[in-house]
Amino acid sequence: MKNNFEDQVKALSRTLLLFLFLLVFLIGGLFYFKMYPEKLHSKKETFKEIVDVDTEIENGIHIETGFVADEGMEVTIQNCTNCHSAKLVTQNRMSKEGWKATIKWMQETQNLWDLGSNEDLIVSYLAKNYAPVAKGRRQNLEDIEWYELE
Amino acid sequence: MDRRNFTGKMSLVIMAGILGTDIVFGHSLPKDYLPLGLQDTDPFKLFKKDRQMVILNDKPWNIEAKAHLLNDKITPNEFMFIRNNGKIPQKIDAANWTLTIDGESVREKKIYSLKDLKTKFQQYTYQLTLECGGNGRSEFNPPAKGNQWTVGAVSCANWTGIRLRDMLNDIGYKSDAVYIGYHAADTHLSGDPTKEPISRGVPISKALQEETLLAFQMNGEDIPLAHGYPLRLVCGGWPASASGKWINRLSIRNEVHDGAKMGGSSYRVPCETVAPGAKVENSSMCIIESMPVKSLITTPKSGALIKMGNTLHIEGHAWAGELTVSKMEYSIDFGSTWQKCTLEKPINRLAWQHFKTSISFPKKGYYEVWARATDQNGKSQPMVLPGWNPKGYLNNACHRIAIKVV
Repeated sequence: MKNNFEDQVKALSRTLLLFLFLLVFLIGGLFYFKMYPEKLHSKKETFKEIVDVDTEIENGIHIETGFVADEGMEVTIQNCTNCHSAKLVTQNRMSKEGWKATIKWMQETQNLWDLGSNEDLIVSYLAKNYAPVAKGRRQNLEDIEWYELE
Repeated sequence: MDRRNFTGKMSLVIMAGILGTDIVFGHSLPKDYLPLGLQDTDPFKLFKKDRQMVILNDKPWNIEAKAHLLNDKITPNEFMFIRNNGKIPQKIDAANWTLTIDGESVREKKIYSLKDLKTKFQQYTYQLTLECGGNGRSEFNPPAKGNQWTVGAVSCANWTGIRLRDMLNDIGYKSDAVYIGYHAADTHLSGDPTKEPISRGVPISKALQEETLLAFQMNGEDIPLAHGYPLRLVCGGWPASASGKWINRLSIRNEVHDGAKMGGSSYRVPCETVAPGAKVENSSMCIIESMPVKSLITTPKSGALIKMGNTLHIEGHAWAGELTVSKMEYSIDFGSTWQKCTLEKPINRLAWQHFKTSISFPKKGYYEVWARATDQNGKSQPMVLPGWNPKGYLNNACHRIAIKVV
């Protein structure tokens, strides 16, 4: 009789524990999918994560950021893409003085840290690969996609 | 992220009877609100933008239209440019949103709830032109720093809200008031909570214009998140940065507002014109007010091949900041001769105006159709770049499209 009762208690607590575990698992799962809803229906995304894209270069361009692959690129990515997109850098063209002044402005007003000995490398990389091109007072219309208009 | 798909799958789980919906969906998200913390990287879905829109920057988000996408008389959300200086607010609690009015020149500091604003004051709808001060920056030489906007950082949507002046009159302000400065819920790119990404404003005279709105609707619906939900300023005809988004505080100032992006070279140009590339002292820079006269050919898309003998129908919009456009012309011979277009009156002050015409070409060949608007004071768009300035603002050089007659 006593054994039977103990067995029943044990069985019940095992069941309860199992339910508790299941509940925790399900709630955990819910929060997980709430935070990462793409995991629910994207195998591609998961696959992408396995491939190391960090150093992938194609035609001289760093795939992930769009930066030109050259000496100083890595340190530029490390220091210049924390707050803003690489796109804000790569769409601009400046001289060495211009890039320096921009860094100074970001340090004075935008919380950019002291770049230390990396500054020269970053400025050289930017001034070399993102230098201004003389455009004159008005450029030709370029990149026209011709199409037949009825 | 496909939220419907996501919620669909979620409800299956919920149907299993494990959890109530409250824990997961307890944020009572507004209809179109996507929690940005959960965003995936498809900005077109995220912001409900057309896939032909051009992403200039993804941190912060800056997206522009192309000329031919702006053909609608009233710009729909899908073709409206996005310009951000900081991060879009993550959590918007519209039900408890408040607007604090303070500053040196306020009679008494006051807090309005969004509901107060909507119910206490009469509502108005105006179609208002908002153009980024840096629209056209990409053409300047030497190049100017910043997002390289081409032509698509302009829109003219219907905005519904209350007149800022009605609220200012309700609260009362001192006679020394000169400027209104906004503060908002967006956050600084560096993550520093003590920094505002942007806090600009307008002189009191602009604030008191009847078209200057505290808006809560765009094109008849809640303002989309990226455009300032649930409350924004709309000061038509001025650089769009004056029309603060997600605003939660307005300061009535007794001096020119000195918030973020009010000084230095931000939204300011040399008070006296300078040679391209010149160094300009901060003390010689003046705040941009009304935007200059400008126009855009929105039909056809540049690159049309037409058969000899066919006429080409063109249409587009013209605007002139605080002023109206009095004349619209086109040229097909690189500015040698100009012909008039039909030009409509604006639907209300500060709304863009529509133009159209039909063009015949004398012979086969490559042509450029140039568009030139003239404002009520006789000022026309230049054919080359206007005055160079350090940050590349106010490029109103005439718009051009390429045509081949074959």
